[in-house]
Parts: sequence; structure tokens; C-alpha cells
Amino acid sequence: MTETAIEVKGLRFEWVAGEPVLDIPSFVVARGERVFLEGPSGSGKSTLLGLIGGVLPPREGSVRVLGTDLGKLPSTARDRFRADHIGFVFQMFNLLPYLGVLDNVVLPASFSVRRRERAGDVLAEARRLLDALGIGDPGLLSRDVGRLSIGQQQRVAVARALLGRPDVLIADEPTSALDAGTREAFLELLMSECRATGTTLLFVSHDTALGSLFDRSLGLGAVNRAGRARQAA
Amino acid sequence: MTPLLGLAAKSLWSRRITAGLTVFSIGVSVMLLLAVEKVRSEARESFASTISGTDLIVGARGGPVNLLLYSVFRIGEPTTNVSWRSYRMVASHPDVAWAIPISLGDSHRGFRVVGTSTGYFEHFRYGRKRSLAFETGRPFEALYEAVLGADVARTLGYAIGDEITVAHGIGEVSFVNHAEHPFRVTGILAPTATPVDRAVHVSVEAVSAIHAPWQPGGQDRPAAGTPAPPPSLTAEPHGPTPPIEAGGHDHGHETLHERVEVDAARPASSPPQDGQADYPTERGPAPTGITAFLVGMKTPVATLQMQRALNEYRDEPLLAIMPGVTLQQLWQVVGIGDRALLVIAACVVLAGLTGMVTALLTSLNERRREMAVLRSVGARPAHVFALLVLESGLLASAGAMLGVLLAWTGLRVGEPLLERRFGLFFDLTAPSGYDLAVTGVVIAAGLCAGTLPAWRAYRNSLADGLSMRI
Ligand SMILES: Nc1ncnc2c1ncn2[C@@H]1O[C@H](COP(=O)(O)OP(=O)(O)OP(=O)(O)O)[C@@H](O)[C@H]1O
Ligand SMILES: [Mg+2]
Repeated sequence: MTETAIEVKGLRFEWVAGEPVLDIPSFVVARGERVFLEGPSGSGKSTLLGLIGGVLPPREGSVRVLGTDLGKLPSTARDRFRADHIGFVFQMFNLLPYLGVLDNVVLPASFSVRRRERAGDVLAEARRLLDALGIGDPGLLSRDVGRLSIGQQQRVAVARALLGRPDVLIADEPTSALDAGTREAFLELLMSECRATGTTLLFVSHDTALGSLFDRSLGLGAVNRAGRARQAA
Repeated sequence: MTPLLGLAAKSLWSRRITAGLTVFSIGVSVMLLLAVEKVRSEARESFASTISGTDLIVGARGGPVNLLLYSVFRIGEPTTNVSWRSYRMVASHPDVAWAIPISLGDSHRGFRVVGTSTGYFEHFRYGRKRSLAFETGRPFEALYEAVLGADVARTLGYAIGDEITVAHGIGEVSFVNHAEHPFRVTGILAPTATPVDRAVHVSVEAVSAIHAPWQPGGQDRPAAGTPAPPPSLTAEPHGPTPPIEAGGHDHGHETLHERVEVDAARPASSPPQDGQADYPTERGPAPTGITAFLVGMKTPVATLQMQRALNEYRDEPLLAIMPGVTLQQLWQVVGIGDRALLVIAACVVLAGLTGMVTALLTSLNERRREMAVLRSVGARPAHVFALLVLESGLLASAGAMLGVLLAWTGLRVGEPLLERRFGLFFDLTAPSGYDLAVTGVVIAAGLCAGTLPAWRAYRNSLADGLSMRI
């Protein structure tokens, strides 16, 4: 087992030819580390997460997650790797509106054997996670996910991302739709759950104020030469 | 696949109004396809059994379809008659179970008059070997008595005891009205949904009787003109009263012979011109010729032998056909329209499936986020593809099943009407092979059609990745 969870080397990525969005010589996240990555809107945060999540193939350089070079995997294997090892939480619209709370949380177990096995009793584990995140109330569980508050929806999304103890949890601005008070509470729950399961957390936001809660906080500009070049221009 | 099936079902349920409409439109189209085929095959069946239980129809030599048309459907006219002698010869053959003469050429207010024998009511079969039934009354017995088909009685509002006159020719307006010989209605037949319903049945003797005054010249009935009998026949002496039908049956026709007193009322000025050897003059003029006759044989082998013998008969050019075979030939011509109907129904199914694809494609844009979520929890683009194919498969399956249900219910509800009006019967106990095939093909077509939106969703989900935005 390698000690690094995420290792990005010499990565270059551009959506439009000649306009590099990312040019990252090196970016490393250690196992179990909780990292806050900050950057202004449009700086390429989501793009970087797509590359780490194996949804976008790197054009140049390498992205290693848990020692596996994603760029060298065929797309199906990348998809499978993501299903097995990475949990995602997005800004909003994380949930399938036509599924109930529990059905949403157990979704990763339908696509990854590894996570199903690691979860043990999937439904019990889903309930435990929801409980730990403070939304285990039966009244909430039976509710249509569309009727939950945004904060509750985001906690359901975290429970789903953590089901089956993925090695890495990637959060793409999950708090930006929450008010300040809810945001603090949400982050504390997220942190303690990651700590409890030993999950590596890569948390991305443009809200610099949140950085102090993490093991490490850095700006995307510090690792991304393309961003610097553009900002300089 | 199982979690995907659950997802597909739940996703469809969340869009149940659109999905329901899609299912309904597929259902209606499948219903149409099934019902059209059911009615079509039953119509063919019913057509093929316009006449059943009759082994041979014999008429003057000509086209088989033509013979069938004028003898059974009462369409068109024969050019020549069959001699009474030939009829008698066949009727008395030991292999013949029964023979029924048919004499056409007259009409009553647009309805054909059929001269026949009482054996007609006993031996004629239609549909699944159903015999004619009397709604009211009884067969004709006396010379100037008539039995009406159901349509005739209903359309013209006749009842038992009414008197009708017979006109020469078959038009609504006929120039020669045999008004001096009114017929009394003695019976009305139950509906059969065959040409029988539109016929006025009288005895062949009556047909001869009303023509007797005009017969010497032989010019009276141009359409069903009676050829002058061979001299050898007229020369024969009068014999004892024979049964009209041969084969040892005695089914009521003897009463016809007993009704001599009616015949006595016939004007004395119209004696039979060419009374035949085996015909009693007091029963009215013996027919010299008839249009055709129906034959029931004792064995199938005898049928084939008799058919060959008649078709090779030297003394008179005759044609004997097996009605079932010729009905099938005729259906080849008549059945074109309903094949077109089937094609139209198939097109409606196509339209239903196209509607489904349209609905799915339209929904895809608003579902891109859903696909991105699925991708983020580990679904591969192939899963997204399969999800949409499953959805269309579910829609098509539900539609096909709804269609079967609708067709079944529709035919159940419409059965009495269809039976009364068109003589169609439906066997609705179990789905037919065709039903299953249609259901299978529609589901398969639905799955195939689903690949189009599925492919779109697949491409979308590749392009969107995880970050589909609002
Ligand atoms: N699918 C795409 N096709 C083309 N260009 C894209 C695509 N997605 C993002 N981009 C471009 O890449 C750049 C980085 O976008 P990205 O979404 O990574 O920014 P971000 O840092 O996540 O911004 P935000 O904080 O607003 O979410 C932007 O200039 C954006 O226009
Ligand atoms: Mg972003």
C-alpha cells in the first residue's frame, strides 16, 4: 500500500486547444489527509476533480490514485475504479429524485462489489451513516428526497459517498448552497466521519474561510501554472 | 442488470404521466393490430364457411368462382341452366346423401328469390356446420308459400301470413310482375350473416309455375333461361310421384305432394308445357332446368369421384366444385382490403413506438443531471445506455400487454354485435400464437427503438462526466 492517496504529476489539460486549463507539475495528497483546495470560479477545480475521478482522461502527465495510473486504464476499468474507491459529493443535485433516501444512499453498492462487501449489511450501514450525520429520523427517511432541505440533502449525499468506506472522498463545493451555520455543522459531521473511516478527503471550494478546518489548505493557483499564467495575463 | 431494472421502473414511475400516455398509445396501436388480425382471420373463416357441409355445387360449365358467386352469394347470373334430368340423375345416385336444387332469376323488391326444396332448410349449413333455424313459422309446403331470410323480413317488415309478389328479373323495378301468383309467407329464418338472410325461398316448382305461361318460347328468362329440353325427355310417359330428393331421405317434402289442392288453384290455362316423366302434373309444372344444385355426399372419396364424373359428363356440360376450395380462391381476391388494414395497423404500432422514442429523447435533456449522478456513484456509460434501453423495453412491454388486454376486452364487449351483424365468432380463451408473436415483436421493437435515446444518453453522459450543471 502506498502512502499517497492522490498523486498528480506533470498534468496538462485543456478543453479547447491552445487554452490550457490545468498545468500541474506536482500535486500530492497523502492517505487519510483532509485537504482543502481553493480557487476562484472557472479556475479548473471541477476539471481537476474530473481527472482525479477518472471521468476525464489526462492529455499529458499522470494522475495516480492509490498508486493506480488512471490514464493507463481503459475507460471501463477507470469507471470501475471510481465506483470501487471514490465517493463524490457535489454542490447540489446529488440525489436521484425518484428514489427514496435509503435507496439513494445504497446506490454505490449496486455498482461496486467492493463497496457492497465493505459495507456489510448495506441497509444497516446506510442507516448507521444517516444516523451519524443526524438525519436518521424515520420521518425523514420515508420522505421524498425532493422534500428534504438542501442541508439534509447534502448530508444524504455524504452518507452515500461514504457507504462502503471508499478510500477517497471528493467534495466539489458541497457547502456553497448552505447558510453559514448549517455549513459549519455539515463540515464538522463530514470531517468526523472521514476521520472515523480513515477516508482521504479532497474538498474543493472558492470559500477561503473554510480552510482552517482542514489538515491542509492550499490554493489551486499554487499548484497550477496555467491558472497563474492566465491570472498574470 | 437487476438494480438497473429497478431504477428504470422507478424513473418511469416518477414520470408516470408521460410514461402512461406512451404506454397508452402503444397499447392502443397494439390493440388495433391484434383486433384487426382477429377480425380479419375470423372474417376469412366466416367467409370460407358461408356455405359448409355441402360437398359439391353443380352448375353449368363455366368458371368455378362464377358458379360460387351466383349459387352461394347470389351475385351475377349463369349463362346456362342445368337440366332437371341431370339433377335427378345425381340426386338418385347411391353415393349421394342429399341434393338440393337452386333456381334463381326472380326477385322480390330487390331481394333474390331462390327456388329450392325443403331439404334446403335441413341440409344447408353455414359457419361451423350450423343449420338454418326458423325465427318463426315453418318451411314452405304448398306451391305459393315462401320462407324469408332474416334481412328480407326485417327490411321489408314482413310477418307470417303476409302476401308477396315475385317479379321477374333481379332489379328493384322489374318489368314482369307475377302478380297473379302472390306468395304467402310461412316462415322467417333466423339471421345467419350469410347471403341466406337476403333471399326469399320458394319451391322450385313454384318458380316453374309462375313462369309456365311464358315458357313455350323459352324467351321468358333471359338470364336463367331454360334451354329447351331434349325431345327424349318430353316423350317420356308420366310416372308415379317420386321424392324430389333422392337418397332415401324423407324430410317433409311429401307434404309438398299432398298439397295438391293449392296447385288446383293454378290457372288451368297454364299447364306444364313439358311435363317430365317423373313429375306429377298436379304439383305444378315440372322444372325443366335449374340454376345449380347443392350435393351432400356420403363419403369424401365419393365426393372426389362424383366431382370428376360430373366434370367429365358427356351428355351435358356440367361443372362441379367443392365450395371450400373455391371460397379460398375467391378470398385471395376479396381479402386484399383487409391485408391493407393490417398494414395500416402495423403502421400505427410504428407511430406508437416513434412516439415513445420522441418522449424519451425529449426527457433526456432534463435527465442529464440524473445521468451525471449515476456516473458519480459508479455507473458506467454502458449502464446509462442499458438504463434507457430498459426503460423503453418496459414501456413497450407495458404497452403490448395493455394492447392485449384492450383487444381482448374490446372483442369481448363487441362480440355480440359482431356476431349478430357479421356472423363473426371469437375464440378468446387463450392468446393465440399471433398474439404472442405481436407482443414479442413489439417488445423487441421497443428495445431496438430504445437504443436511439440510449445512445444519446450515453454520449451525453460521456461529455457531461460528473459535472453537469444546472
Ligand atoms: N465541458 C467543458 N467543455 C469546455 N470547457 C469547459 C468544460 N467544463 C469546463 N470548461 C472550462 O474549463 C474551465 C474550468 O472550469 P471548471 O468547471 O473546472 O471551473 P471551476 O473551478 O470548477 O469553477 P466553479 O467554481 O465555477 O465551479 C472554465 O473556463 C470552463 O469554461
Ligand atoms: Mg466547479
